[in-house]
Amino acid sequence: MNALWISHPGQSKPWLYLLLLCLFSLPLSAWGQSAADPRREALQSMPGTTPDFWRDAVEGVTGRTTSRSPGADTLIMTEGERWRQLRNQWISPGGAIALGGTLVALLGFYLLVGQIKLAHPRSGRKIERWTRWDRTIHWYVASLFIILGLTGLSILYAKWFLQPILPTSVWAAWMNAAKNIHNYLGPLFALGVVAMIVKWLKHNFFNLTDLKWFLRGGGIIGKAHPSAGYLNGGEKVWFWMIVLVGLTVVASGLVLDFPNFGQSRETMQLFLVIHAVASLILLAASFGHIYIGTLGTEGALEGMKTGYVDETWAKQHHDLWYAEVKGKDLP
Amino acid sequence: MARMKFLCDSERCIECNGCVTACKNANETEWGIQRRRVVTLDDGEIGKEVSISVACMHCSDAPCMAVCPTDCFYPTEDGLILHNKDACIGCGYCLYACPFGAPQFPKQGAFGARGKMDKCTFCAGGPESDPVLEEQKYGANRLREGKLPLCAEMCSTKALLAGDAQEVADIFRERVVYRGHRNSAWSAVEHEAAENEQLAQQAADLAYDATQRA
Ligand code: SF4
Ligand code: SF4
Ligand code: SF4
Repeated sequence: MNALWISHPGQSKPWLYLLLLCLFSLPLSAWGQSAADPRREALQSMPGTTPDFWRDAVEGVTGRTTSRSPGADTLIMTEGERWRQLRNQWISPGGAIALGGTLVALLGFYLLVGQIKLAHPRSGRKIERWTRWDRTIHWYVASLFIILGLTGLSILYAKWFLQPILPTSVWAAWMNAAKNIHNYLGPLFALGVVAMIVKWLKHNFFNLTDLKWFLRGGGIIGKAHPSAGYLNGGEKVWFWMIVLVGLTVVASGLVLDFPNFGQSRETMQLFLVIHAVASLILLAASFGHIYIGTLGTEGALEGMKTGYVDETWAKQHHDLWYAEVKGKDLP
Repeated sequence: MARMKFLCDSERCIECNGCVTACKNANETEWGIQRRRVVTLDDGEIGKEVSISVACMHCSDAPCMAVCPTDCFYPTEDGLILHNKDACIGCGYCLYACPFGAPQFPKQGAFGARGKMDKCTFCAGGPESDPVLEEQKYGANRLREGKLPLCAEMCSTKALLAGDAQEVADIFRERVVYRGHRNSAWSAVEHEAAENEQLAQQAADLAYDATQRA
Protein backbone atom coordinates (compact mmCIF):
# COMPACT_ATOMS: atom_id res chain seq x y z
CA MET A 1 0.00 0.00 0.00
CA ASN A 2 1.27 3.38 -0.88
CA ALA A 3 1.75 5.47 2.23
CA LEU A 4 1.63 8.64 0.20
CA TRP A 5 -1.81 7.88 -0.94
CA ILE A 6 -3.54 7.20 2.31
CA SER A 7 -3.19 10.24 4.45
CA HIS A 8 -4.92 9.46 7.68
CA PRO A 9 -3.98 11.44 10.75
CA GLY A 10 -0.54 10.66 12.02
CA GLN A 11 0.82 9.57 8.69
CA SER A 12 0.25 12.64 6.59
CA LYS A 13 3.21 14.70 5.55
CA PRO A 14 1.77 18.16 4.94
CA TRP A 15 5.05 19.60 3.76
CA LEU A 16 5.32 16.91 1.18
CA TYR A 17 1.91 17.57 -0.29
CA LEU A 18 2.54 21.29 -0.26
CA LEU A 19 5.83 20.87 -1.99
CA LEU A 20 4.39 18.57 -4.57
CA LEU A 21 1.48 20.84 -5.26
CA CYS A 22 3.50 24.02 -5.36
CA LEU A 23 5.96 22.59 -7.81
CA PHE A 24 3.13 21.29 -9.95
CA SER A 25 5.52 18.67 -11.02
CA LEU A 26 3.87 15.72 -9.41
CA PRO A 27 5.45 12.65 -10.83
CA LEU A 28 2.62 10.33 -11.74
CA SER A 29 4.25 7.61 -9.72
CA ALA A 30 3.70 9.59 -6.54
CA TRP A 31 -0.01 9.21 -7.14
CA GLY A 32 0.29 5.60 -8.02
CA GLN A 33 -1.30 3.05 -5.83
CA SER A 34 -1.98 -0.60 -5.93
CA ALA A 35 -5.38 -1.06 -7.46
CA ALA A 36 -8.10 -1.95 -4.99
CA ASP A 37 -9.24 -5.41 -5.63
CA PRO A 38 -12.93 -6.09 -5.21
CA ARG A 39 -12.22 -9.64 -6.28
CA ARG A 40 -9.90 -10.18 -3.35
CA GLU A 41 -12.48 -8.73 -0.98
CA ALA A 42 -15.18 -10.88 -2.52
CA LEU A 43 -13.04 -14.00 -2.33
CA GLN A 44 -12.30 -13.21 1.26
CA SER A 45 -15.84 -12.63 2.40
CA MET A 46 -17.72 -14.89 0.03
CA PRO A 47 -15.42 -17.86 -0.15
CA GLY A 48 -16.30 -20.36 -2.77
CA THR A 49 -16.25 -17.54 -5.26
CA THR A 50 -15.66 -19.48 -8.45
CA PRO A 51 -14.49 -18.13 -11.78
CA ASP A 52 -18.07 -18.57 -13.00
CA PHE A 53 -19.38 -16.52 -10.17
CA TRP A 54 -16.78 -13.85 -10.68
CA ARG A 55 -17.67 -13.56 -14.35
CA ASP A 56 -21.30 -12.99 -13.39
CA ALA A 57 -20.33 -10.53 -10.70
CA VAL A 58 -18.17 -8.33 -12.91
CA GLU A 59 -20.96 -8.31 -15.45
CA GLY A 60 -22.99 -6.70 -12.68
CA VAL A 61 -25.19 -9.64 -11.78
CA THR A 62 -28.32 -8.45 -10.02
CA GLY A 63 -30.63 -10.23 -7.67
CA ARG A 64 -33.50 -9.55 -5.37
CA THR A 65 -33.06 -7.54 -2.20
CA THR A 66 -35.17 -5.66 0.28
CA SER A 67 -32.79 -2.70 0.38
CA ARG A 68 -33.94 0.49 -1.31
CA SER A 69 -30.45 1.98 -1.59
CA PRO A 70 -29.41 2.94 -5.15
CA GLY A 71 -27.96 -0.08 -6.93
CA ALA A 72 -28.64 -2.36 -3.97
CA ASP A 73 -29.72 -5.22 -6.21
CA THR A 74 -26.29 -5.30 -7.84
CA LEU A 75 -24.03 -7.61 -5.91
CA ILE A 76 -20.73 -6.05 -6.97
CA MET A 77 -20.22 -2.89 -8.99
CA THR A 78 -16.79 -3.04 -10.59
CA GLU A 79 -17.04 0.29 -12.46
CA GLY A 80 -16.26 2.13 -9.25
CA GLU A 81 -12.67 1.03 -9.43
CA ARG A 82 -12.27 2.43 -12.93
CA TRP A 83 -13.77 5.72 -11.80
CA ARG A 84 -11.41 5.84 -8.86
CA GLN A 85 -8.40 5.28 -11.11
CA LEU A 86 -9.57 7.90 -13.61
CA ARG A 87 -10.19 10.46 -10.93
CA ASN A 88 -7.18 9.86 -8.73
CA GLN A 89 -4.55 8.87 -11.25
CA TRP A 90 -5.45 11.00 -14.24
CA ILE A 91 -7.81 13.85 -13.53
CA SER A 92 -6.28 15.07 -10.26
CA PRO A 93 -2.65 15.13 -11.40
CA GLY A 94 -3.60 16.12 -14.96
CA GLY A 95 -5.62 19.08 -13.71
CA ALA A 96 -2.83 20.17 -11.38
CA ILE A 97 -0.36 20.06 -14.25
CA ALA A 98 -2.74 21.95 -16.58
CA LEU A 99 -3.47 24.69 -14.06
CA GLY A 100 0.11 24.95 -12.85
CA GLY A 101 1.45 24.85 -16.40
CA THR A 102 -0.85 27.67 -17.47
CA LEU A 103 0.24 29.80 -14.54
CA VAL A 104 3.89 29.17 -15.27
CA ALA A 105 3.39 29.96 -18.97
CA LEU A 106 1.61 33.22 -18.14
CA LEU A 107 4.29 34.20 -15.68
CA GLY A 108 6.93 33.47 -18.29
CA PHE A 109 5.05 35.53 -20.86
CA TYR A 110 4.75 38.42 -18.43
CA LEU A 111 8.44 38.31 -17.59
CA LEU A 112 9.47 38.08 -21.23
CA VAL A 113 7.00 40.40 -22.92
CA GLY A 114 5.53 42.38 -20.05
CA GLN A 115 2.34 44.39 -20.17
CA ILE A 116 1.03 45.46 -23.57
CA LYS A 117 1.16 49.22 -23.11
CA LEU A 118 -0.89 51.86 -24.86
CA ALA A 119 1.13 52.86 -27.91
CA HIS A 120 0.07 56.48 -27.72
CA PRO A 121 -0.88 58.78 -24.86
CA ARG A 122 -4.49 58.67 -23.71
CA SER A 123 -6.76 60.98 -25.62
CA GLY A 124 -9.00 61.62 -22.63
CA ARG A 125 -12.05 60.97 -24.82
CA LYS A 126 -14.08 57.92 -23.83
CA ILE A 127 -16.18 55.52 -25.88
CA GLU A 128 -18.78 53.19 -24.38
CA ARG A 129 -17.71 49.58 -24.91
CA TRP A 130 -19.77 47.56 -22.43
CA THR A 131 -23.29 48.58 -21.42
CA ARG A 132 -24.54 48.31 -17.87
CA TRP A 133 -26.20 45.02 -18.85
CA ASP A 134 -23.01 43.63 -20.33
CA ARG A 135 -21.07 44.49 -17.23
CA THR A 136 -23.71 43.14 -14.86
CA ILE A 137 -23.77 39.80 -16.64
CA HIS A 138 -19.98 39.68 -16.88
CA TRP A 139 -19.34 40.32 -13.21
CA TYR A 140 -22.23 38.12 -12.12
CA VAL A 141 -20.80 35.18 -14.05
CA ALA A 142 -17.21 36.07 -13.12
CA SER A 143 -17.81 36.21 -9.38
CA LEU A 144 -19.79 32.98 -9.39
CA PHE A 145 -17.09 31.40 -11.53
CA ILE A 146 -14.41 32.28 -8.99
CA ILE A 147 -16.47 31.03 -6.05
CA LEU A 148 -17.37 27.81 -7.86
CA GLY A 149 -13.77 27.39 -8.96
CA LEU A 150 -12.40 27.73 -5.46
CA THR A 151 -14.99 25.44 -3.90
CA GLY A 152 -14.67 22.92 -6.73
CA LEU A 153 -10.89 22.87 -6.47
CA SER A 154 -11.28 22.35 -2.73
CA ILE A 155 -13.35 19.27 -3.38
CA LEU A 156 -10.70 17.92 -5.76
CA TYR A 157 -7.47 19.03 -4.12
CA ALA A 158 -7.87 20.51 -0.64
CA LYS A 159 -7.33 17.21 1.11
CA TRP A 160 -3.75 17.35 -0.10
CA PHE A 161 -2.79 20.72 1.23
CA LEU A 162 -5.50 22.21 3.48
CA GLN A 163 -6.49 19.21 5.54
CA PRO A 164 -3.02 18.57 6.97
CA ILE A 165 -2.72 22.13 8.26
CA LEU A 166 -6.27 22.79 9.52
CA PRO A 167 -7.79 21.56 12.78
CA THR A 168 -10.42 18.92 12.01
CA SER A 169 -13.37 21.14 13.00
CA VAL A 170 -12.26 24.00 10.72
CA TRP A 171 -11.52 21.54 7.93
CA ALA A 172 -14.95 19.96 8.30
CA ALA A 173 -16.69 23.34 8.38
CA TRP A 174 -14.86 24.55 5.27
CA MET A 175 -15.56 21.41 3.27
CA ASN A 176 -19.23 21.39 4.24
CA ALA A 177 -19.48 25.05 3.25
CA ALA A 178 -17.61 24.40 0.01
CA LYS A 179 -19.95 21.61 -1.01
CA ASN A 180 -23.10 23.56 -0.17
CA ILE A 181 -21.91 26.77 -1.79
CA HIS A 182 -20.91 24.83 -4.90
CA ASN A 183 -24.22 22.99 -5.11
CA TYR A 184 -26.50 25.97 -4.44
CA LEU A 185 -24.68 28.54 -6.57
CA GLY A 186 -24.14 26.17 -9.48
CA PRO A 187 -27.62 26.59 -10.99
CA LEU A 188 -27.35 30.40 -10.62
CA PHE A 189 -24.09 30.24 -12.56
CA ALA A 190 -25.85 28.19 -15.22
CA LEU A 191 -28.44 30.96 -15.69
CA GLY A 192 -25.68 33.56 -16.00
CA VAL A 193 -23.76 31.55 -18.58
CA VAL A 194 -26.87 31.13 -20.71
CA ALA A 195 -27.73 34.85 -20.44
CA MET A 196 -24.18 35.74 -21.40
CA ILE A 197 -24.21 33.50 -24.45
CA VAL A 198 -27.54 34.90 -25.62
CA LYS A 199 -26.43 38.48 -25.05
CA TRP A 200 -23.09 38.24 -26.84
CA LEU A 201 -23.72 35.65 -29.52
CA LYS A 202 -24.27 38.20 -32.28
CA HIS A 203 -20.77 39.68 -31.85
CA ASN A 204 -19.00 36.36 -31.94
CA PHE A 205 -19.22 34.96 -35.43
CA PHE A 206 -15.79 34.55 -36.96
CA ASN A 207 -14.86 36.51 -40.08
CA LEU A 208 -11.86 37.14 -42.30
CA THR A 209 -10.53 39.83 -39.98
CA ASP A 210 -10.27 37.22 -37.23
CA LEU A 211 -8.33 34.90 -39.53
CA LYS A 212 -5.78 37.64 -40.22
CA TRP A 213 -5.74 38.41 -36.51
CA PHE A 214 -4.86 34.78 -35.76
CA LEU A 215 -2.21 34.66 -38.48
CA ARG A 216 -0.56 37.57 -36.76
CA GLY A 217 -0.86 35.80 -33.38
CA GLY A 218 -3.04 38.59 -32.08
CA GLY A 219 -0.22 41.08 -32.42
CA ILE A 220 2.70 39.03 -31.21
CA ILE A 221 3.94 38.47 -34.76
CA GLY A 222 4.83 41.58 -36.72
CA LYS A 223 4.98 45.19 -35.72
CA ALA A 224 1.62 46.85 -36.08
CA HIS A 225 -1.39 45.65 -34.12
CA PRO A 226 -3.65 43.51 -36.34
CA SER A 227 -7.07 44.85 -37.18
CA ALA A 228 -10.02 43.83 -35.08
CA GLY A 229 -13.69 44.62 -34.85
CA TYR A 230 -15.73 44.97 -31.67
CA LEU A 231 -14.31 41.65 -30.49
CA ASN A 232 -11.01 40.22 -31.66
CA GLY A 233 -10.32 36.59 -32.56
CA GLY A 234 -9.02 35.76 -29.10
CA GLU A 235 -12.11 37.10 -27.41
CA LYS A 236 -14.26 35.09 -29.78
CA VAL A 237 -12.32 31.91 -29.00
CA TRP A 238 -12.93 32.48 -25.29
CA PHE A 239 -16.62 33.04 -26.02
CA TRP A 240 -16.90 29.76 -27.94
CA MET A 241 -15.00 27.97 -25.18
CA ILE A 242 -17.67 29.19 -22.80
CA VAL A 243 -20.34 27.93 -25.17
CA LEU A 244 -18.81 24.49 -25.62
CA VAL A 245 -16.88 23.77 -22.45
CA GLY A 246 -18.91 26.08 -20.20
CA LEU A 247 -22.21 24.55 -21.20
CA THR A 248 -20.70 21.08 -20.70
CA VAL A 249 -19.66 22.07 -17.19
CA VAL A 250 -23.10 23.51 -16.50
CA ALA A 251 -25.06 20.59 -17.92
CA SER A 252 -22.97 17.91 -16.23
CA GLY A 253 -23.11 19.91 -13.01
CA LEU A 254 -26.89 19.95 -13.09
CA VAL A 255 -26.99 16.16 -13.50
CA LEU A 256 -24.77 15.83 -10.43
CA ASP A 257 -26.61 18.48 -8.44
CA PHE A 258 -29.98 16.76 -8.64
CA PRO A 259 -29.44 13.12 -7.71
CA ASN A 260 -33.11 13.02 -6.74
CA PHE A 261 -34.00 11.88 -10.25
CA GLY A 262 -32.54 8.50 -9.43
CA GLN A 263 -29.37 8.57 -11.55
CA SER A 264 -27.47 5.32 -11.26
CA ARG A 265 -24.00 5.18 -9.74
CA GLU A 266 -22.54 4.60 -13.19
CA THR A 267 -24.25 7.73 -14.54
CA MET A 268 -22.88 9.77 -11.68
CA GLN A 269 -19.36 8.43 -12.28
CA LEU A 270 -19.54 9.42 -15.93
CA PHE A 271 -20.81 12.92 -15.23
CA LEU A 272 -18.30 13.44 -12.43
CA VAL A 273 -15.53 12.72 -14.93
CA ILE A 274 -17.03 15.02 -17.57
CA HIS A 275 -17.62 17.78 -15.02
CA ALA A 276 -14.11 17.61 -13.61
CA VAL A 277 -12.31 17.52 -16.97
CA ALA A 278 -14.40 20.31 -18.51
CA SER A 279 -14.11 22.48 -15.39
CA LEU A 280 -10.35 22.11 -15.26
CA ILE A 281 -10.04 23.07 -18.94
CA LEU A 282 -12.26 26.10 -18.37
CA LEU A 283 -10.29 27.11 -15.28
CA ALA A 284 -6.97 26.90 -17.09
CA ALA A 285 -8.36 28.95 -19.98
CA SER A 286 -9.82 31.47 -17.55
CA PHE A 287 -6.33 32.14 -16.20
CA GLY A 288 -5.40 33.34 -19.66
CA HIS A 289 -8.53 35.46 -19.94
CA ILE A 290 -7.99 37.02 -16.52
CA TYR A 291 -4.34 37.74 -17.28
CA ILE A 292 -5.05 39.41 -20.62
CA GLY A 293 -7.97 41.35 -19.17
CA THR A 294 -6.04 42.72 -16.20
CA LEU A 295 -2.28 42.62 -15.87
CA GLY A 296 -1.53 41.80 -19.49
CA THR A 297 -3.12 44.73 -21.29
CA GLU A 298 -3.04 48.33 -20.17
CA GLY A 299 -6.52 49.82 -20.22
CA ALA A 300 -8.47 46.61 -20.75
CA LEU A 301 -9.91 46.24 -17.26
CA GLU A 302 -11.33 49.77 -17.14
CA GLY A 303 -13.60 48.87 -20.04
CA MET A 304 -15.32 46.17 -18.06
CA LYS A 305 -15.18 48.23 -14.86
CA THR A 306 -16.61 51.52 -16.06
CA GLY A 307 -18.02 50.52 -19.40
CA TYR A 308 -15.86 53.09 -21.18
CA VAL A 309 -12.47 52.83 -22.87
CA ASP A 310 -10.13 55.55 -24.01
CA GLU A 311 -10.17 56.31 -27.74
CA THR A 312 -6.46 55.54 -27.90
CA TRP A 313 -7.07 52.07 -26.53
CA ALA A 314 -9.97 51.48 -28.91
CA LYS A 315 -7.91 52.59 -31.91
CA GLN A 316 -5.03 50.33 -30.92
CA HIS A 317 -6.90 47.15 -30.08
CA HIS A 318 -10.18 47.36 -32.00
CA ASP A 319 -9.52 49.72 -34.89
CA LEU A 320 -12.43 48.57 -37.05
CA TRP A 321 -14.86 48.96 -34.18
CA TYR A 322 -13.42 52.39 -33.42
CA ALA A 323 -13.95 53.46 -37.00
CA GLU A 324 -17.47 52.11 -36.93
CA VAL A 325 -18.33 53.97 -33.73
CA LYS A 326 -16.82 57.17 -35.01
CA GLY A 327 -18.59 56.67 -38.33
CA LYS A 328 -15.48 57.38 -40.32
CA ASP A 329 -12.78 55.63 -42.28
CA LEU A 330 -9.51 54.92 -40.65
CA PRO A 331 -6.91 57.61 -41.02
CA MET B 1 -3.16 -7.59 15.56
CA ALA B 2 -6.35 -9.20 14.48
CA ARG B 3 -7.67 -8.34 11.08
CA MET B 4 -11.46 -8.28 11.13
CA LYS B 5 -13.42 -9.67 8.21
CA PHE B 6 -16.86 -10.91 7.34
CA LEU B 7 -17.49 -14.21 5.68
CA CYS B 8 -20.81 -15.25 4.19
CA ASP B 9 -21.27 -18.93 3.49
CA SER B 10 -23.78 -18.89 0.67
CA GLU B 11 -24.57 -22.57 1.15
CA ARG B 12 -26.07 -21.71 4.50
CA CYS B 13 -27.71 -18.35 3.92
CA ILE B 14 -31.50 -18.79 3.86
CA GLU B 15 -32.35 -15.17 3.11
CA CYS B 16 -34.15 -14.64 6.40
CA ASN B 17 -32.82 -11.07 6.64
CA GLY B 18 -32.12 -11.67 10.33
CA CYS B 19 -28.71 -9.99 9.93
CA VAL B 20 -30.35 -6.94 8.38
CA THR B 21 -32.82 -6.68 11.22
CA ALA B 22 -30.19 -7.33 13.87
CA CYS B 23 -28.03 -4.56 12.43
CA LYS B 24 -30.92 -2.13 12.38
CA ASN B 25 -31.68 -2.99 15.97
CA ALA B 26 -28.11 -2.85 17.24
CA ASN B 27 -27.30 0.44 15.58
CA GLU B 28 -30.70 2.19 15.47
CA THR B 29 -29.87 3.55 12.05
CA GLU B 30 -31.94 6.32 10.54
CA TRP B 31 -35.07 5.59 8.55
CA GLY B 32 -34.13 4.35 5.11
CA ILE B 33 -30.61 3.34 6.03
CA GLN B 34 -29.80 -0.31 5.79
CA ARG B 35 -26.17 -1.07 6.49
CA ARG B 36 -26.49 -4.69 5.50
CA ARG B 37 -28.57 -6.29 2.77
CA VAL B 38 -29.18 -9.76 1.48
CA VAL B 39 -29.00 -10.24 -2.28
CA THR B 40 -30.65 -13.33 -3.72
CA LEU B 41 -29.45 -14.42 -7.14
CA ASP B 42 -31.58 -16.57 -9.44
CA ASP B 43 -34.44 -16.13 -7.03
CA GLY B 44 -36.93 -18.98 -7.23
CA GLU B 45 -34.91 -21.14 -9.59
CA ILE B 46 -34.62 -24.51 -7.95
CA GLY B 47 -31.06 -25.69 -7.60
CA LYS B 48 -29.65 -22.36 -8.62
CA GLU B 49 -30.89 -19.86 -6.06
CA VAL B 50 -28.24 -18.48 -3.74
CA SER B 51 -28.35 -15.69 -1.20
CA ILE B 52 -25.54 -13.66 0.14
CA SER B 53 -25.41 -11.10 2.89
CA VAL B 54 -23.45 -7.95 2.01
CA ALA B 55 -22.30 -4.94 3.99
CA CYS B 56 -19.10 -2.95 4.02
CA MET B 57 -16.21 -5.36 3.45
CA HIS B 58 -13.68 -3.14 5.21
CA CYS B 59 -11.45 -3.33 2.16
CA SER B 60 -7.69 -3.56 2.44
CA ASP B 61 -7.15 -0.79 -0.10
CA ALA B 62 -10.45 0.96 0.43
CA PRO B 63 -11.79 2.76 -2.66
CA CYS B 64 -14.11 4.92 -0.53
CA MET B 65 -11.14 6.25 1.41
CA ALA B 66 -9.21 6.95 -1.78
CA VAL B 67 -11.89 9.14 -3.34
CA CYS B 68 -13.33 10.91 -0.29
CA PRO B 69 -12.73 14.66 -0.80
CA THR B 70 -12.63 15.31 2.93
CA ASP B 71 -10.43 12.33 3.72
CA CYS B 72 -12.73 11.45 6.57
CA PHE B 73 -12.11 7.69 6.48
CA TYR B 74 -9.50 6.03 8.61
CA PRO B 75 -8.39 2.43 9.05
CA THR B 76 -8.34 1.04 12.56
CA GLU B 77 -5.80 -1.32 14.04
CA ASP B 78 -8.25 -4.14 13.41
CA GLY B 79 -8.29 -3.34 9.71
CA LEU B 80 -11.74 -1.75 9.84
CA ILE B 81 -12.60 1.24 7.69
CA LEU B 82 -14.42 3.82 9.81
CA HIS B 83 -15.29 7.42 9.03
CA ASN B 84 -15.84 10.74 10.71
CA LYS B 85 -19.37 12.01 10.12
CA ASP B 86 -18.49 15.54 11.21
CA ALA B 87 -16.22 15.93 8.20
CA CYS B 88 -18.49 14.05 5.79
CA ILE B 89 -20.10 16.41 3.27
CA GLY B 90 -22.47 13.87 1.77
CA CYS B 91 -20.97 14.10 -1.71
CA GLY B 92 -21.70 10.44 -2.42
CA TYR B 93 -18.25 9.75 -3.91
CA CYS B 94 -17.69 6.81 -1.57
CA LEU B 95 -20.87 5.19 -2.88
CA TYR B 96 -19.73 5.74 -6.47
CA ALA B 97 -16.40 4.04 -5.76
CA CYS B 98 -17.51 1.23 -3.44
CA PRO B 99 -17.84 -2.14 -5.20
CA PHE B 100 -20.34 -3.39 -2.63
CA GLY B 101 -22.83 -0.53 -2.42
CA ALA B 102 -22.06 -0.18 1.27
CA PRO B 103 -22.29 3.59 1.89
CA GLN B 104 -25.82 4.69 2.72
CA PHE B 105 -27.43 8.12 2.78
CA PRO B 106 -30.49 9.31 4.69
CA LYS B 107 -31.78 11.24 1.68
CA GLN B 108 -31.18 11.85 -2.00
CA GLY B 109 -32.32 15.43 -2.38
CA ALA B 110 -32.01 18.34 -4.78
CA PHE B 111 -28.72 20.27 -4.65
CA GLY B 112 -26.99 17.03 -3.68
CA ALA B 113 -28.46 17.08 -0.18
CA ARG B 114 -27.75 13.56 1.01
CA GLY B 115 -27.08 14.06 4.70
CA LYS B 116 -24.16 12.28 6.35
CA MET B 117 -22.97 8.99 4.97
CA ASP B 118 -23.61 5.97 7.14
CA LYS B 119 -22.24 2.49 6.71
CA CYS B 120 -21.40 -0.67 8.56
CA THR B 121 -18.85 0.00 11.29
CA PHE B 122 -18.31 -3.69 12.09
CA CYS B 123 -20.19 -2.63 15.22
CA ALA B 124 -17.13 -0.67 16.26
CA GLY B 125 -18.70 2.78 16.69
CA GLY B 126 -16.82 5.77 15.43
CA PRO B 127 -14.55 8.69 16.27
CA GLU B 128 -16.42 10.21 19.20
CA SER B 129 -15.08 10.12 22.75
CA ASP B 130 -18.49 10.56 24.41
CA PRO B 131 -20.14 7.09 24.28
CA VAL B 132 -23.66 8.58 24.14
CA LEU B 133 -22.80 10.73 21.16
CA GLU B 134 -20.90 7.87 19.59
CA GLU B 135 -23.97 5.66 19.81
CA GLN B 136 -26.20 8.37 18.36
CA LYS B 137 -23.94 9.02 15.40
CA TYR B 138 -22.38 5.68 14.64
CA GLY B 139 -24.45 3.07 16.44
CA ALA B 140 -23.23 0.39 18.77
CA ASN B 141 -19.61 -0.14 19.72
CA ARG B 142 -19.84 -3.82 20.49
CA LEU B 143 -16.18 -4.45 19.80
CA ARG B 144 -15.23 -2.24 22.74
CA GLU B 145 -17.48 -4.37 24.93
CA GLY B 146 -15.66 -7.46 23.71
CA LYS B 147 -18.58 -8.57 21.54
CA LEU B 148 -18.68 -9.39 17.87
CA PRO B 149 -20.99 -7.73 15.29
CA LEU B 150 -24.63 -8.38 16.02
CA CYS B 151 -25.52 -9.32 12.44
CA ALA B 152 -23.22 -12.34 12.56
CA GLU B 153 -24.06 -13.16 16.16
CA MET B 154 -27.77 -13.32 15.32
CA CYS B 155 -27.39 -15.32 12.12
CA SER B 156 -29.55 -18.39 12.72
CA THR B 157 -27.66 -20.68 10.34
CA LYS B 158 -24.25 -19.19 11.06
CA ALA B 159 -23.88 -18.44 7.39
CA LEU B 160 -22.57 -15.02 8.28
CA LEU B 161 -19.37 -15.06 10.27
CA ALA B 162 -17.52 -12.03 11.56
CA GLY B 163 -14.23 -11.84 13.35
CA ASP B 164 -10.56 -12.43 12.94
CA ALA B 165 -9.96 -13.24 9.28
CA GLN B 166 -7.85 -16.29 10.05
CA GLU B 167 -10.41 -17.75 12.43
CA VAL B 168 -13.43 -17.31 10.18
CA ALA B 169 -11.50 -18.80 7.28
CA ASP B 170 -10.56 -21.79 9.42
CA ILE B 171 -14.21 -22.36 10.31
CA PHE B 172 -15.14 -22.20 6.68
CA ARG B 173 -12.39 -24.60 5.70
CA GLU B 174 -13.58 -27.10 8.25
CA ARG B 175 -17.08 -26.83 6.83
CA VAL B 176 -15.90 -27.44 3.32
CA VAL B 177 -14.03 -30.52 4.43
CA TYR B 178 -17.10 -31.92 6.22
CA ARG B 179 -19.51 -31.03 3.45
CA GLY B 180 -17.41 -33.06 1.12
CA HIS B 181 -17.96 -33.53 -2.53
CA ARG B 182 -21.39 -32.05 -3.09
CA ASN B 183 -22.75 -28.74 -1.93
CA SER B 184 -19.30 -27.69 -1.13
CA ALA B 185 -19.10 -24.00 -1.61
CA TRP B 186 -20.45 -21.06 -3.50
CA SER B 187 -23.66 -21.79 -5.34
CA ALA B 188 -25.23 -25.12 -6.04
CA VAL B 189 -22.71 -25.78 -8.78
CA GLU B 190 -21.10 -29.15 -8.25
CA HIS B 191 -17.42 -28.96 -7.65
CA GLU B 192 -14.86 -31.64 -8.01
CA ALA B 193 -13.23 -32.76 -4.82
CA ALA B 194 -9.97 -31.22 -5.89
CA GLU B 195 -11.72 -27.96 -6.39
CA ASN B 196 -13.10 -28.11 -2.86
CA GLU B 197 -9.63 -28.46 -1.51
CA GLN B 198 -8.56 -25.58 -3.66
CA LEU B 199 -11.38 -23.35 -2.48
CA ALA B 200 -10.69 -24.12 1.12
CA GLN B 201 -7.03 -23.46 0.63
CA GLN B 202 -7.82 -20.24 -1.18
CA ALA B 203 -9.92 -19.01 1.71
CA ALA B 204 -7.21 -19.88 4.17
CA ASP B 205 -4.52 -18.22 2.09
CA LEU B 206 -6.52 -15.06 1.76
CA ALA B 207 -7.16 -14.97 5.45
CA TYR B 208 -3.48 -15.42 6.10
CA ASP B 209 -2.74 -12.66 3.61
CA ALA B 210 -5.21 -10.37 5.31
CA THR B 211 -3.61 -10.88 8.69
CA GLN B 212 -0.21 -10.14 7.20
CA ARG B 213 -1.37 -6.95 5.56
CA ALA B 214 -3.12 -5.58 8.63
S1 SF4 C 1 -17.43 1.31 2.04
FE1 SF4 C 1 -17.12 -0.03 0.29
S2 SF4 C 1 -15.13 0.59 -0.51
FE2 SF4 C 1 -15.24 1.36 1.57
S3 SF4 C 1 -14.30 -0.22 2.82
FE3 SF4 C 1 -16.52 -0.61 2.79
S4 SF4 C 1 -16.82 -2.06 1.12
FE4 SF4 C 1 -14.78 -1.17 0.84
S1 SF4 D 1 -20.14 11.17 1.26
FE1 SF4 D 1 -18.90 11.68 3.05
S2 SF4 D 1 -17.69 9.87 3.46
FE2 SF4 D 1 -18.50 9.64 1.39
S3 SF4 D 1 -16.90 10.46 0.07
FE3 SF4 D 1 -18.29 12.17 0.49
S4 SF4 D 1 -17.44 13.20 2.28
FE4 SF4 D 1 -16.45 11.19 2.15
S1 SF4 E 1 -21.18 -5.40 11.76
FE1 SF4 E 1 -22.66 -4.22 12.93
S2 SF4 E 1 -22.90 -2.38 11.69
FE2 SF4 E 1 -21.98 -3.90 10.34
S3 SF4 E 1 -23.69 -4.90 9.30
FE3 SF4 E 1 -23.21 -6.12 11.12
S4 SF4 E 1 -24.59 -5.32 12.71
FE4 SF4 E 1 -24.53 -3.81 11.07
